[in-house]
Amino acid sequence: MSAAVPVAIVGSGNIGGDLLIKLRRDPEIDVRWMVGIDPESEGLRRAAELGVETSAEGTDWLLAQAELPEIVFEATSARAHAANAGRYEAAGITAVDLTPAAVGPFCIPSVNIDEHLDAPNLSMVTCGGQATVPMVAAVSRVTPVSYAEIVASVSSRSAGPGTRANIDEFTRSTARAVERVGGAARGKAIIILNPAEPPPLMRDTVFCGIDPGADQASIERSIEAMVADVAAFVPGYRLAAPPQFEEPREGWGGQARVTILLEVEGAGDSFPPYAGNLDIMTAAAARVGNALARVRRGQVP
Amino acid sequence: MSRPVSRSPEVTITDTSLRDGSHAVAHMFTEDQIRRTVAALDSAGVSVIEVSHGDGLGGSSFNYGFSGTPERTLIAAAVEEAGAAKIACLLVPGIGTVPDLEAAADLGVSIVRIATHCTEADVALQHFAAARALGLETVGFLMMAHMAPPDVLAEGARIMVDAGCECPYVVDSAGALVLDQVGERVAAVVAEVGGEADVGFHAHDNLGVAIGNSVFAYRAGARRLDGSLRGLGAGAGNAKTELLVAVLDRLGIETGIDALAAIDAAEEVVGSFIEEPPFPDRGSITLGYAGAYSSFLKHAEIAAERYGVPMHEILLEAGRRGYVGGQEDLIIDIAIGLQAPAK
Repeated sequence: MSAAVPVAIVGSGNIGGDLLIKLRRDPEIDVRWMVGIDPESEGLRRAAELGVETSAEGTDWLLAQAELPEIVFEATSARAHAANAGRYEAAGITAVDLTPAAVGPFCIPSVNIDEHLDAPNLSMVTCGGQATVPMVAAVSRVTPVSYAEIVASVSSRSAGPGTRANIDEFTRSTARAVERVGGAARGKAIIILNPAEPPPLMRDTVFCGIDPGADQASIERSIEAMVADVAAFVPGYRLAAPPQFEEPREGWGGQARVTILLEVEGAGDSFPPYAGNLDIMTAAAARVGNALARVRRGQVP
Repeated sequence: MSRPVSRSPEVTITDTSLRDGSHAVAHMFTEDQIRRTVAALDSAGVSVIEVSHGDGLGGSSFNYGFSGTPERTLIAAAVEEAGAAKIACLLVPGIGTVPDLEAAADLGVSIVRIATHCTEADVALQHFAAARALGLETVGFLMMAHMAPPDVLAEGARIMVDAGCECPYVVDSAGALVLDQVGERVAAVVAEVGGEADVGFHAHDNLGVAIGNSVFAYRAGARRLDGSLRGLGAGAGNAKTELLVAVLDRLGIETGIDALAAIDAAEEVVGSFIEEPPFPDRGSITLGYAGAYSSFLKHAEIAAERYGVPMHEILLEAGRRGYVGGQEDLIIDIAIGLQAPAK
């Protein structure tokens, strides 16, 4: 077996810290660097304790090192990633983007992991996108979806400064992924922050507009199969209720509707289990990282 | 009584019949209804008229209900019909986006009211910045104000004002606040941002005290109040504009609005197309009593019928779970849960 692929994590907040834990479990990956911009960062301190080389001087420092990572995982903000993306590409580094910047093609592991492994930049969309696009794809592979809409509810405590500053990017990037990867003709995304205590689990609802004559049993089977595919790397991903089918109502343009109610419980690596939104993002990025590493080492992913 | 036209208004009333009222008509306003209502409000002297989907720009959806007529068509009609009145729109970050706001500004909207849950004001920073850059007047809605104590609301108002909000509002989305509970919240917000910004109050009549609450808000320092003709709004509706103007007149508080013309507008315009105006019935009183978001009412009604469970049980559970504005999708989840034990 060839040597593990050297990678860096940019961003030392909650997401970067949790991703570090997940990537360190992967024998194909060697997390060599973690960079942030806050010298007081708890995330950098913890990474240093684990033997990872750290710096609070951000991307500038990382790109000035004698040896560069082959893959960089960026968990900063949409704006920061938009600014850094070209620099990674110029340096020949593949970027896995955990912000909603949407610079590269969208990657939803359970749907299209093999499609963009040669791209210089892969967008992990958003947490809501990771949770819901697989369900849209599950329906659209069985029957045409004229319109799909997703509602992601996350606990306030799990929404860090990046999420809060990027609400608009969240809705726009997620809606586009619902179309491009989910296969809906039109997509819309909504995100809600809920401050209830104790913090509620991440909840996602997926509404798909479908033909009134569509085969409900095969849609349901496809949804269940896709839930299992996602649960393979996010064990707490599950249906909260069976898919709900409804006949067309006024205002639906003659379309029937299937409603998919999801619950996402996190693995509890560094986030509490309610923060399924953070866990599904880092789990998806780690899965993509593994596939990229195997491609780089000449293995079929 | 004639209208004392010489005095300048001491309080600005924003009429939200054509935004909050959108909930009451399941988002099926026609262009004709918009035009007639704007014309009547404008000639009564109402200076701010809000027009949008009930859940704000971009609210047309499976989750909240699709607009019968595209929202931008309705906004354009309102702008065209308005004389002296300014047209406002609502934007809820997480539902509507900056491009939606840019489109509304292009249509001639001059005020945006940006709404967040009361403890989550920091999700709106980019929207306030964009609104100011577009030259719009900015109002900030701190929704579900009954869920936070006065000092927490004041913190939310501070975040909004620092982001460029010119008038934070205490918004009683659940119609759950009663009299002094409004006064102490408005007073805390005024203490925090008074001098830098106006403060407003938005009532729902779920507990039947929308007008009284609005007066308490005024006395605590609110200088902008919301109303809607016949109370047309979510739940049991809002403070009735015509009633609010009449009451404020009797208290000697100048609104700049002709009370009799507002009463006529309610009776002859909105009354002509609304057969059953919102009312504190079992469903909407339960909203206020349980502290559930007023817009949940119609969705709970649909879910109750589909799943054969009591509507008020759905609303009580929504209050228990602490659902906030926008979580209409989970009403289905509650209904399925209520149905399950019976099986």
